[in-house]
Amino acid sequence: MVLLTLLAVITIGVVRLRNLFAVVILGGAYSFLMASVMIVLDAVDVAMTEASVGAGISTVLMLGTLYLTKTEEVRPVHTPVLPLFVAIITGAVLVYGTLDLPPFGIADAPIHAHVAPYYFQNSIPETGVPNVVTSVLASYRGYDTLGETSVIFCAGIAVLMLLKGRRARKGAGKPGKGGKA
Amino acid sequence: MRFDLISRVGAKLFLPFILLFGLYVQFHGDFGPGGGFQAGVIAAAMIILYAIIFGLPAAQRVVPPLVVEIMIPLGVMIYAGTGIAALLKGGNYLNYSTLGHDQVHAQELGILLVELGVLITVAGTMIAIFYAFAGRGR
Repeated sequence: MVLLTLLAVITIGVVRLRNLFAVVILGGAYSFLMASVMIVLDAVDVAMTEASVGAGISTVLMLGTLYLTKTEEVRPVHTPVLPLFVAIITGAVLVYGTLDLPPFGIADAPIHAHVAPYYFQNSIPETGVPNVVTSVLASYRGYDTLGETSVIFCAGIAVLMLLKGRRARKGAGKPGKGGKA
Repeated sequence: MRFDLISRVGAKLFLPFILLFGLYVQFHGDFGPGGGFQAGVIAAAMIILYAIIFGLPAAQRVVPPLVVEIMIPLGVMIYAGTGIAALLKGGNYLNYSTLGHDQVHAQELGILLVELGVLITVAGTMIAIFYAFAGRGR
């Protein structure tokens, strides 16, 4: 509850602030709080990912981006009524969707009755890996993780093409100005 | 750059332990929280910290951009190659049970290789994105 309150406070701060540097730092703090929430929910692997990626790498990348742009946000030219309306409707629909969920932490929820018991019973005899998260991720659901790795690969290649390809073209275009017509 | 003595000395103290922690997360992922993805991010964070404190050229001498760009596809190839090795041994694709002399050892070997592939791709991608961002002058 305390963590969720802090998350709400940070969100309001991010919305209110105009200084982007402060917003980036608050974003890092938000990620750390989110990691704490994950630990409270006993999802330690997710917490670790959130802390390292959300608070670490993305904060650094955001700061790198800030270095290339201005640090003050421009005042919006439109009124925020329509976005606020859309956000409230979307939020209401999402809250309505949670009403049908089984109570939190209940043992016979559908998600605990499908394949999860198989993993818990067979992870050690079949793979010898006590951390079921790892055995599901790397062995039982190896295809999914291969897909995720490919997604990261594609993302890396795409960013490299966008950021480095343009500079290479610029550099190649400079010496011969009328070369390519 | 001359006046940041504290951060330089502090970073020098921290860097090996960050890498060690990354390797711990990688190889202890079977028993505790963590795995290839988290370890890759931690290893990349070490290089990024080094680049922030000591400058981009120094970091690129440690890990040249070419190496990083090779790492990105190399990890995916290790992952997919593990699946193909299982296929050649007579099992299903990405079913590691045929890789070793018994089921449990084979699974552990397969998970180790696969996590190694994830580590290499994730670390390479993170460092490559950071290089691409940091390499652009204002």
